[in-house]
Parts: sequence; structure tokens; C-alpha cells
Amino acid sequence: MEFAELIKTPRVDGVILHRPFMPTVEGTLCLTGHHIILSSRQDNTEELWLLHANIDSIEKRFVGSLGTIIVKCKDLRVIQLDIPGMEECLNIASSVEALSTLDSVSLMYPFFYRPLFEVIEDGWQLFVPEEAFKDLESMTDEWRLSEVNKDFSVCPSYPSLLTVPKDIDDESLIKAASFRHGGRFPVLSYYHKKNGMVMMRAAQPLTGTNGRRCKEDEKLINATLCAGKRGYIIDTRTIAVAQQAKARGGGFEQEANYPQWRRIHKAIERSNILQESLIKLVEACNDQSHNMDRWLSKLEASNWQSHVKEILTTACLAAQCIDREGASVLVHGSEGTDSTLQVTSLAQIILDPACRTIRGFEALIEREWLQAGHPFQQRCAQSAYSNGKPRSEAPVFLLFLDCVWQILRQFPCSFQFSESFLIMLFEHTYASQFGTFLGNSVAERAKLQLSHKTVSLWSWVNRPQELERYLNPLYEANNLVIWPSVAPQSLLLWEGVFLRWNRSTKCLDEAYQEMVHIIEYNKELQNKVNSLRRQLAQLETEDSPLQTP
Amino acid sequence: MEHIITPKVENVKLLNRYTEKKSALGTLYLTATHLIYVEQTSNTRKETWVLHHHILSVEKLLLTASGCPLLIRCKTFQHLHLLFQKERDCQDVYQSLLRLFQPVKEEELYAFLYNPHQNEEERRRGWELISVVNDFNRMGLSNDYWEISHINKNFEMCSTYPSILGLPKSASVATVTGSAKFRSRGRLPVLSYYHKDTKAAICRCSQPLSGLNSRCVEDEQMLQAISQANPNSPFIYVVDTRPKLNAMANRAAGKGYENEDNYSNIRFQFQGIENIHVMRSSLQKLLEVCSMKSPSMSDYLTGLENSGWLRHIKSVMDAGVFLAKAVCEERASVLVHCSDGWDRTAQVCSLACLLLDPYYRTIKGLMVLIEKEWISFGHKFSHRCGHLDSDPKEASPVFTQFLECVWQLSQQFPCVFEFNEHYLIEIHDQVYACQYGNFIGNCQKERLDMRLHEKTFSLWPHLLENQHQYRNPLYRRSLESTVLRPSTLPLHFKFWCGMYNHYDRGMHPKQSVLDTLLTLTQRQVEGERTMTELQRLAVADGVLPDPAGPINTHADQNNQSEKMPAPPVVQSNGSCAPLINGNVKEVGPGAENSNQEDREEPAANEHDLSSKDKPVFVETEHSKEEVQESS
Repeated sequence: MEFAELIKTPRVDGVILHRPFMPTVEGTLCLTGHHIILSSRQDNTEELWLLHANIDSIEKRFVGSLGTIIVKCKDLRVIQLDIPGMEECLNIASSVEALSTLDSVSLMYPFFYRPLFEVIEDGWQLFVPEEAFKDLESMTDEWRLSEVNKDFSVCPSYPSLLTVPKDIDDESLIKAASFRHGGRFPVLSYYHKKNGMVMMRAAQPLTGTNGRRCKEDEKLINATLCAGKRGYIIDTRTIAVAQQAKARGGGFEQEANYPQWRRIHKAIERSNILQESLIKLVEACNDQSHNMDRWLSKLEASNWQSHVKEILTTACLAAQCIDREGASVLVHGSEGTDSTLQVTSLAQIILDPACRTIRGFEALIEREWLQAGHPFQQRCAQSAYSNGKPRSEAPVFLLFLDCVWQILRQFPCSFQFSESFLIMLFEHTYASQFGTFLGNSVAERAKLQLSHKTVSLWSWVNRPQELERYLNPLYEANNLVIWPSVAPQSLLLWEGVFLRWNRSTKCLDEAYQEMVHIIEYNKELQNKVNSLRRQLAQLETEDSPLQTP
Repeated sequence: MEHIITPKVENVKLLNRYTEKKSALGTLYLTATHLIYVEQTSNTRKETWVLHHHILSVEKLLLTASGCPLLIRCKTFQHLHLLFQKERDCQDVYQSLLRLFQPVKEEELYAFLYNPHQNEEERRRGWELISVVNDFNRMGLSNDYWEISHINKNFEMCSTYPSILGLPKSASVATVTGSAKFRSRGRLPVLSYYHKDTKAAICRCSQPLSGLNSRCVEDEQMLQAISQANPNSPFIYVVDTRPKLNAMANRAAGKGYENEDNYSNIRFQFQGIENIHVMRSSLQKLLEVCSMKSPSMSDYLTGLENSGWLRHIKSVMDAGVFLAKAVCEERASVLVHCSDGWDRTAQVCSLACLLLDPYYRTIKGLMVLIEKEWISFGHKFSHRCGHLDSDPKEASPVFTQFLECVWQLSQQFPCVFEFNEHYLIEIHDQVYACQYGNFIGNCQKERLDMRLHEKTFSLWPHLLENQHQYRNPLYRRSLESTVLRPSTLPLHFKFWCGMYNHYDRGMHPKQSVLDTLLTLTQRQVEGERTMTELQRLAVADGVLPDPAGPINTHADQNNQSEKMPAPPVVQSNGSCAPLINGNVKEVGPGAENSNQEDREEPAANEHDLSSKDKPVFVETEHSKEEVQESS
């Protein structure tokens, strides 16, 4: 298919762009296969380049022959384009609508994007399971790398290599997989070096109403317990929801069959509820009314902050079991691809200082989200402005980022990256020139040949000149476990994302610059003091032989 | 002293709000001025000092199996939940505190005992540090339009006003006195702030005694005079900060608001800020939300909404923004009043000053602003803060709301205030502490009658001496000329956890950007000093060719070298002498003194050049405390 067929009017002159807190720009609007471009054709004025994939919905309005298109983006920005001429406006609108809702992945921009930078370090090769396993091997020999899912037949949403207990053979894994939703049998998520405890994740067991059991599954998770030790199973669903799941063949681990495990239920909501919540929150944030009660009640009704609190609380619980109780943990919800991953990845940020570095955080996202089979493409197909009925869209990853931001805000010196890194990731999960977040699983990505046909986000981000933008100037490596407060007073609305386009950032940017300035000046000063001191000391040692005959 | 039934009780439990496990066991001491709780374990000694004046209420709770509980709530939003083993002890402490925390006579207030080791000359200079007349001069008074008047020098015209007033030059004595008679409690329209650039003025007064249809020619002339004092605008705004309904109700009582028909060229406007009673109960509700044991997010947000607190903060901010806009954008003068003109009017005028004039955003400028708009214009601190055992219906967090508005602004404009959050909280604590004389009494006349300047000390020199703690490292003088135009959309107002949950340390960020930057700027001062000294040595040794100053001039912004060395701290009463094991230090009223949270004491001047021998590195404090509230 040619994009040209979809583009009814490729360019219109005299278009006016309105953006909040920015001067309006008048210029020429061009449509390409992947972008809306607005250029004033003058030097030094900002051009607008908007990916079609970033468009969540558009609205048209007409006043006489002047048409207006309101473009609502997945990154929550809302822009307005005034287009002279009714026909042009209609054409642009319908073209954009068609181009922004193309179904075929292989037509997405990442397949057409050619980097203007030299790829020094290929992001596709950066975080391979073998490397992670080498680290593990240096700490313990209790685990092995299994190739049982080599062709993705045991579990289509798992990667081909999985870390499992050494004593469990592939045969047992296959049986255990048949007992877990989507074949997601328990695998290693995190090894806590400090005390050798582990966190595993899985999908719900398929106990059904008859209380089915599976010896291999029991054996598999028991293999992770030290003799005489008990472990915790954290089910991210409430007991009621878990009970209901039985009717559909799902369920939870029966005490009788897992006597060495204590099960705890938490209340993280399912993904469709999260999507509704996002829509309500963004609607509240865009409300220009001056009624305080209305704002607070809308914020409350959106439930977004409740989700943040619940997810963080569950992650703290998992971390607490491991670090404080010295127990191993198995985390699952229903499918094991959403709330499970929120919990396991946040627990690692709390426990493991390595996850708070940029590389470590990228590795975490690779391990716990991309390779663990979070269906990014489905979840991020639409964002807060979508009009259609949500299918499987849900801001699961955005909530994870929000939780990371909450921890970052409470420990502003413990992260190597700054808030802008999290915001950048949020943007790229919804629309990107890079292939990283395309597809729903490793298997799908392999089929799409993303690593050959597209550029990895990490290839771009990890270049020194780019990385600099995301570094936290306050960072000082901190080897401690960091326990965030989950009191409602401690959890704020993430303004950097939700109020990003509703406020002027001039003053906040200035403050940030000033902070960077203070820190850099200090470093420079200390360096100069030290170097001068060295010079003087050197002089003294040169002088001293003369003084002491 | 005669009120202390028992000065010391041992084996008292201090209950932790969250977990029974973290409760402390220690000894409780009662002194003439403080309640002191000392937790002594094998290697730590943690002291909690609570000034009696900071206590809001003492409540005996129901007897439990583990002992007799006593709940002490403080005006600083601290809570102490004590558990006594013996009923008798609990009762004695309760009885003593009841008498101690609500003194009957002014002379019993801490300020009359407290002496920060200053001689009479220092005391006098301390009181003269902040001068309202100087601020009038700074604004450019007297000039062609405005003059400084001594018409109220004996407080005869208006007993709750200061003796020095700014009045329009063209207003005759007859106009002024006539207008005063037509205003509630004689609080006539006078100058609050003169904006040099636009020649527009902010004036303040109380409600007119207009009733259903009275009028007063002199009052009308007075407003005319104010209008004429601004050549840039043909009209003035008259802002009644009350809700319209309240103002109308006042008409029946012979008071009310200006009838636009009687005054030439006024534009009348209501602002809808609620009265002191509504504010008091709103804070009450907010504090209930703050002290919920483990609220869900929904409980918290619903509670926050139902308290109405942020709605009220926004209404004050909206009114302040209205004033500032009128002055700087429309170049129009504004006359502001509420009922008596000492609560809402003070809030709104001071906020507008802060928005318009960068001077008031400095450490000293805020003192001037508080002195001018609050203390001298008769905000009834004694009543509003409940310093003495008095009518609880007079108490209201009006000044707290003003401080919160300043904090809300600092959230939107992180670089425009010279001071940081600690400064606002310290001022708040001091207002209630009555350790210094500034906030005792309800108006200037009362203060003169009490001879506060002879008997007590001023807070301001104390704050200036410690200003290094209160600095905002991000403050940029270069930005100071701008008028602030804050957004007042509801979503820009935040809950001030640092104030209302100040003592719930677990809720605060475990690492503080502010403290980190303060440490850095401190280190910078030391680094620059070392650098200068090293350069001197280097030049002497011939390593460097010629003398060069510190490496650049950035230091000037945060220059702290002018600060005075901290004075020795004083224990004003001997009653707690037996306590002192050589490690008691007084940090201020109600300060919590614990080994874990010793702040970096910024080095005073005597931190001398001998430090050049070793690098001066002050470790940034990392959280070693692990707080868990999730389960």
C-alpha cells in the first residue's frame, strides 16, 4: 500500500498552529506518510513534527470556511490547527485519521526511520538473557538457563531463554506451563544478593472450580525454598476477584497443596479499569474550571492516585518479604503480564541499587517488561483521548513509571536518571521512531525482525550526548534498600506528565538550571582546590630536601 | 512554677502513630516553659521539647489495659500520645499542663522570661531592625501624592491602627476624621502599598457604617482623594473580600459595603473569602484528615475536599492576584476591606505586596511585610493564636493561611524567594511560641501599654542571625524585578505536607533536595575561602603568577560571609537544670532534638583557614532510616 493513496491533500498554506503557553505559528502544513509537519518557512522558528502514531483522536470544527482541527495526542498534548478552506480541512482531517489508525505494524514509522546518528552500541544486543544469567551464576549455582521455550511453543509470551531452578528439568517445566495461564510457569525475576532470597513471577494457576493441582508446579516453586523456610505468594488480585477467576478456569494456589507458602492478596486493578482511570484523570487535568471542590472530587473519582498507592504498597510488601522477612516470593495476578510486572519491577527498584542507574533501569525494562511479555502494542494502542471502546489498551506501564517517579521524588539523590528519562520512556511507549516497544512479546518481535529492520531506542538514548539530558545532577550512588512512604500525603500527582501541557514550565526550568549550576560550580571549585593543593604539596616535597640537610 | 504538680514522671511511653513496635519508653519532665520527653536507650538519647505555648489541647483518653493515655495536640501540628503507668501521674501532668498551656495573664508568657543574652542597647537595636517608616521611604513616600501622617500618634482616631499612617496629600484633616467615624472601629482608608512604577496604591480599611442607606461625605471625599492620588487611572477598585451574602447581612447591623451610587468612580467587587469561623473549622477538618491512621487515597482526597481548606487558600490567592493585576496591569488603585479589616484584608494586601514587589520576597522583606500589614495594622495575634486562655471562637488560622499562600507561590516560582520552606515554618512556630514579643498583643497600642519593647526581645534579629538555614539556594536576584503572575487553577494548589504533617517525618521525602543544596552552597563558601587562601600561598610560592580572586563571581549570590557568628544559646530557666548532662541544646521552641537528625551546623566564621590542610567535604546525608508504612 502506498501512503500517497491516503493523503488527499499533501499541503496547505496559511495554517495557524495554537499550542498552550506558546506563541502561535503560521505556516505551511504538510502531510507525509508518518508525520504532520508545520513549518513557518522562516529561520529560527520552531517547526512542528508530529508522528501520526502519536495522535489519539482528532476533532473538526468549522466557522464559515475556516476549519479547525483539534489534535489530541497520546502524550496528552492538545494542539489546534486552523486550516483555511473547508475542503482542505476535511481532507487533512480524514487523511490524518486514516494514517494514525493503520493496523499493520510493518507500516509503522520505525520501519521507515533511518537514524541520522551513528549507532555505536546496538541497543538490540545490549540486554540479552545470557548476560543477565552470567551475573546470576557468579552469585549462586542454584539456577539454570532453560531452552524449553526455544520456539515459543511452551509459552508464546515468554522469551526463548528462561531462568529456572537447577533441579527442575524441561519436562517438568512443560507440565507446569500447562497448569499456568498462557503457559507462564514460575520463572526467576530477581535474586536478592544480600540474603539469597528470590522473587519469581508467573500467571495464575489453572485450578478451576475442581481445584486441579499440578505436582510439577508445586515442585518447581518449592525448589526455590531453602530447607525449612516458608515463602510468600503475592496474588495481586483481591481474594474475591481470584475466586471469580476459578469459574473461568483460573484460580489461586490452595494452601493444602502449597503448605510451605503463605498467600497474600492485594488489590491492584485490572487493566481495563486502569484505562478508564487514565481517561478520567486527564479529563480532570484539562478542566479549566476554577472550582477547587470539583478538581479534588474529579481527582479522587479518577482513582489514579489510588492505583499508584496500591501498586507501590504491593511492591513494598514483596520487597519487605524478601529483605525483612528473609523469604522468597512468587508474584502473580491473572495473566502475569501486567500487575505482576508492575510489582516485580518496582520491588527491584526498592531493593536493588543497580536498577536505579540508567543502564540498570534499561535492563530492568528489558527483563521485566519487554522480554517478560508485557503486550506494549496492545496496551499503548490508544491513550487518554481515545473515543473508541477500549479493547486491550491500558496505562499499565505508565502507572509503573508514575510509581518510579514517586520513589524518585522521595529519594531525589538515589537515582542516576531524572524525571525527564521517565517522561521520555512514556512518550516512546506510545509513539516512537524506534522499534523497541513494537510488538507484544519476544516472539512477535522476532517475527517482525525488529532488530534488523528498526533501530532500538537504547541505541539512541545511550549515546553520551543524549544520555546527558537524562542524568540526575543530584545522584550519589546509594547502596541501601529504599523504602518509599505510601501515605496518601506522600504520593503526589505526577505533574511532569499530567500537567505538562497545562502549565508554563519557565520557572521550573529555571530552577532546574540553577540547581545544575550550583552542583557543577561546586564540583569545579572542589577540583580546582584539590589541584592547587596538589601543586602546593608537590612544591613542598621538592623544597623539603633543601630545607633538611 | 507553682502550677507544676509533678516535675518528673518516669516510664512514660510515647506512642508511635503507626506501629506499636516503634513506641518509645522514657521520662517526662515538666518545666516552667517546656514539656520535655527524654527517650534514653543504651546509646542514644533523644529529646523532644514542647513549649507549653505550643500546646493546643490536652486530652485524657479512656483508660486502657496498658496504661493511662494522654493526647497532647500542638499548634505546630505536632501530636504527642503519651501513656502513663499510673493514673495519678497522668492526672497530675494533665492538671499541670492545663494551667501551664493556657496562661491567664500576659506576664506569664514565655517572652517575659526569655532573655537571649542581649543588653539593653542590643534589645533596642533589635526592635528597631524592622521599621515601617523605612518601608514607606523605600516606596517613595512622602511624594506629590502621599504623605506620612502622625494624625493617629496617640491612637485616638483609631486605637487598633499604627501611630504612623500613609494618607493621600489632598485629604484634609476633616475628611480623614470624618471618614474614620464612618468606618467600623475607626479603621479609615489608609495606604498599604504604593507602587512607584504605576503610581497606583493599595489602601486598606474596615467596612463602612453604611447600613441600609447611610452615607458620609467625608468618606466619599476620602475615596475621591485616594483616587486623585493616582494620575494614571480615573477610577479605583473597592474590594470587599467577603462573600456578598455576609456583607449584606452586615448592612442590617448598620455596617455593610460601599454603595457605588454614592461614590464617584469606584468599581466595587466582592471576593468571597470566608470568615474566621469558617477558616477555623476548615483547618480542624484538615487536621482530622492529616491525623487519620492509615487512610486510603480516596479517604484522603475526599477529606481534603470536604475540609474546604484548599478552596479557602485559593480564594485568598485569587483576591491577592486580583489586586496585583489591578495595580500593575490596569494601573488602578485599590481599596480593600472586609469587616474589621484585620484578617482577610491583611491576607490579601500582604499577598498583593508580595506579588508586586520583589523586596518582600527576601528574608528581611518578609519581616517588613509581616510587621507592616499584620503586626502594625492590628491583626489580633493574641486572639487569633489563642496566646492566653480566651474565647476559643476568636482563634483562627488566618496568618497560617497567609504563610501557606507564600508557600504555594514558592511552588510555582522556585527561584524568586530568598527564603525557603524552613523560614515560613519557623515564623509560624514563633508566632505561637511567644518566646519573642513581636506577636503578643492585638495591636500596637496594646503592645505599647504592655511595654513589650522594654520587657521582651524581638524575633527578627534572631531570624537574621540564623538566616543561612532559611536561604533558598535557588534564589536568583536577577529575576527579582518581575511581578508574579501565578496560575490559580485548582490543580496548582497542593497540600502542604511540610506544615500540617511536619512531625510525620515518615511522610516526607527521605532525601531533601533543599538540604542537599544548602549543604552544597555551604561547602561552596568554604571552598571559596580555601581557594583564596591557597591562591595566596601559591602566589607566595610562585606556583601562580599573579594574584587572582576566587574563580568566579557566582559566590556573590549566595554570599554568606557577612553573617554573624551564632550567639551562645541560652537556657532561660533553671528548672530543667537536673536534666542537663552536658548535651542539652536548645534549638528553639518545640524543636525536636534527636541524635539521628542533627542538621549540619553551618560553620560560623571561626571555622577558620586551618581547614586548608584537608579537603572540606560535608557528606550529603543519605537516608539510613527505612520507613515502611505499607503493611
